Amino acid sequence: MEKKGDAPLAFDEMIKADSGPRVPYQNYHDWYSSQDPARLLAKSRDAENIFRKTGITFAVYGHEDSSEKLIPFDIIPRIISGREWRKLAQGIEQRVIALNAFLDDIYHKQEIIRAGRIPRELIEKNVTFLPEMIGFRPPGGVYTHIVGTDIVRTGEDQFFVLEDNARTPSGVSYMLENRETMMQMFPELFQLNKVQRVEDYPHLLRQSLASLAPPGCKGKPRVAVLTPGIYNSAYYEHSFLADMMGVELVEGSDLRVIDGKVKMRTTRGYEAIDVLYRRVDDDYLDPLTFRPDSALGIPGIMDVYRAGNITIANAPGTGICDDKAIYSYMPEIVEFYTGRKALLENVPTWRCSEADSLKYVLEHLEELVVKEVHGSGGYGMLVGPTASKRERAVFAEKLKARPNNYIAQPTLSLSTVPILVNKGIAPRHVDLRPYVLVSDKVQIIPGGLTRVALKQGSLVVNSSQGGGTKDTWVLED
Amino acid sequence: MVMLGRTANGLFWMFRYIERAENIARIVDAGLRMSLTRSGASDDDWGAVLLSADVRDIFDKHHDKVAASDAIDFLLRDLSNPSSVMSSIDAARNNARMVRTALTRETWEAMNECWIEMKQMLARKLKSADLPEVIETVKRRAGLIRGAFHGSMLRNEIYNFARIGTFIERADNTSRILDVKYYVLLPAITQVGSSLDNMQWESILRSVSAHRSYRWVYDGEYKATNIADFLILNGQMPRSLAYCYDKIVSNLGYIGKDYGERLAAHETAERVRSTLQKTSIGTIMDQGLHEFLDNFIAHNNQLGQEITEGYRFYS
Repeated sequence: MEKKGDAPLAFDEMIKADSGPRVPYQNYHDWYSSQDPARLLAKSRDAENIFRKTGITFAVYGHEDSSEKLIPFDIIPRIISGREWRKLAQGIEQRVIALNAFLDDIYHKQEIIRAGRIPRELIEKNVTFLPEMIGFRPPGGVYTHIVGTDIVRTGEDQFFVLEDNARTPSGVSYMLENRETMMQMFPELFQLNKVQRVEDYPHLLRQSLASLAPPGCKGKPRVAVLTPGIYNSAYYEHSFLADMMGVELVEGSDLRVIDGKVKMRTTRGYEAIDVLYRRVDDDYLDPLTFRPDSALGIPGIMDVYRAGNITIANAPGTGICDDKAIYSYMPEIVEFYTGRKALLENVPTWRCSEADSLKYVLEHLEELVVKEVHGSGGYGMLVGPTASKRERAVFAEKLKARPNNYIAQPTLSLSTVPILVNKGIAPRHVDLRPYVLVSDKVQIIPGGLTRVALKQGSLVVNSSQGGGTKDTWVLED
Repeated sequence: MVMLGRTANGLFWMFRYIERAENIARIVDAGLRMSLTRSGASDDDWGAVLLSADVRDIFDKHHDKVAASDAIDFLLRDLSNPSSVMSSIDAARNNARMVRTALTRETWEAMNECWIEMKQMLARKLKSADLPEVIETVKRRAGLIRGAFHGSMLRNEIYNFARIGTFIERADNTSRILDVKYYVLLPAITQVGSSLDNMQWESILRSVSAHRSYRWVYDGEYKATNIADFLILNGQMPRSLAYCYDKIVSNLGYIGKDYGERLAAHETAERVRSTLQKTSIGTIMDQGLHEFLDNFIAHNNQLGQEITEGYRFYS
């Protein structure tokens, strides 16, 4: 353990300050106490070798010399009880249903705007809102086939949704590889604990995608994963998912629109694709419709889409749900479409576009986290309490120049889970990204990806900012 | 089952580059061996080594003269040389990443570990004491990839495109080694039979890892015709042109049968194989070894082009 003085005030998920391990961690904690620390450290190095050997790497943009990095993996699992999970899952399901209803509404009748619950300009002037989608309903009425809902915890019963990833949530391959690695290294732990399965994800994903084939598809749907290519930061995940699902991994250059269908170039000629799980952003999807300079997309695919001859997952135009200004309206959105109060809380959010809020944010920068509305990956954000005076001053100028571009939130005291360090274990802040599949039903994989800030006291868990990951267990209880 | 044209391309080049890395390592090994003998390898010899690796032109762009240490560095680790061992392994791995879904986990990991180890080994300029280990590692790693591939891959089109890449590259390498070594190094009648001569002979064989097997097959006597016969026509020698074309024809044949179509590539491959089967080493020598090899290399390139087009590698 680290020195007493370092002990954070945050809620620790493994150990209660006075009464020892919390219930979900009981078995693990007993096991841990009987382990030789040197052996655990050795295992930890083994894990790194497994990841390196397997090539589970990601690219960090803006790092000259390190085109490929490993995401550090910590061997102490993050454990959630079945009871806690059921509660979370209900909240996530409600939220995901609301997101799909919201998308359908804003691209059709826009009742939520007419009801005065969301300002019109926030939708229609949003760069992630795609006018091309107006009046078009994707196969099965599903917009976001795959969703990652980022959740943080601050206490025994306090969970918040930090953000919604309805465009192209990444990281699910780490969820799967983390589990695989843990089972390889510590089989005995899975006998001591009944852990719910995550391994079915690729199978469920394929089923879910195939079930939403377009009306134009006759026979067994052909599914493919569209990747920007081997230099993309998440390429490993793209190839991993294609491999695990047993479907083709395609690039834009493999695809062409022929006879009103999207077809891929095979060694024997062109063959049609029915469902495209695309890991390419909207902007790059179709140079005829969006960015004309895109070499990653397929000219004409949007016409095929609108003609009902291909399913694109997730649908173009879903990125608006990731917008952090839209996020601030999620309590209203959930209530509007489900008729019930949101089961999962939002983090209180100041919209800097509103003069009062901006004033408050500028006066309280040292206690807030400020984020770009379209930002992701931990880029372009300010963590007030840990930023220097100068950093805050620079950021304040940016805020004043483009207030619409920012939201601010209180700095939450994220829960901690211990990680393995040279001298034993030490608490670090974590978040959680469960993965959700939407077809005619909503399926939530029990667990997800736990990201952990490896630096003591740090609240930034993004892998691009030095975060690591943990295997996440949901117990059967 | 369908295969993307880009995937066929990636497999073809992944295995060409693995083969190339290994061949370059052998060529450097042969050069080193010469420099260890009493008379030593002259800078001319390294010039010939660069020629047989087909990188003399690029080398001359970066260097005024051929010095042994520069040549070795250029062949093993220089990324400005697209055929250096490091460039080849980089390219092989990039292709492997591209076709990751077509490879078994074993094959991919063998490739990835090869890259990890070589990247580390070739990160800094090498001291001459390190060279034998580096060369050994390249050969061992290539062998491990091959082993994982043979042991774990289905015998389908994926396997066949990979094999065709291997053998087109190998045939190209063997013919170049023979062309440069034989034609450039050994024209001087006066040297035939001298000890220098024997060393040169052996270096040819060593650069295709055949200096021992040769002795078993040809009773140990170094003769120009025997060595040429061994490397061109001997169907048992896994780096000979005849062997390579046997394999190319059969692997292309499997694809043709699978797809139910014969392409220009099938005609070309069978024509080259039939020439290799019918001719004798005497005829080749009489007509001129250099002309023969030149012609062979041209056909080998043509075959590569026909496969690229016929199986829609790029368009």
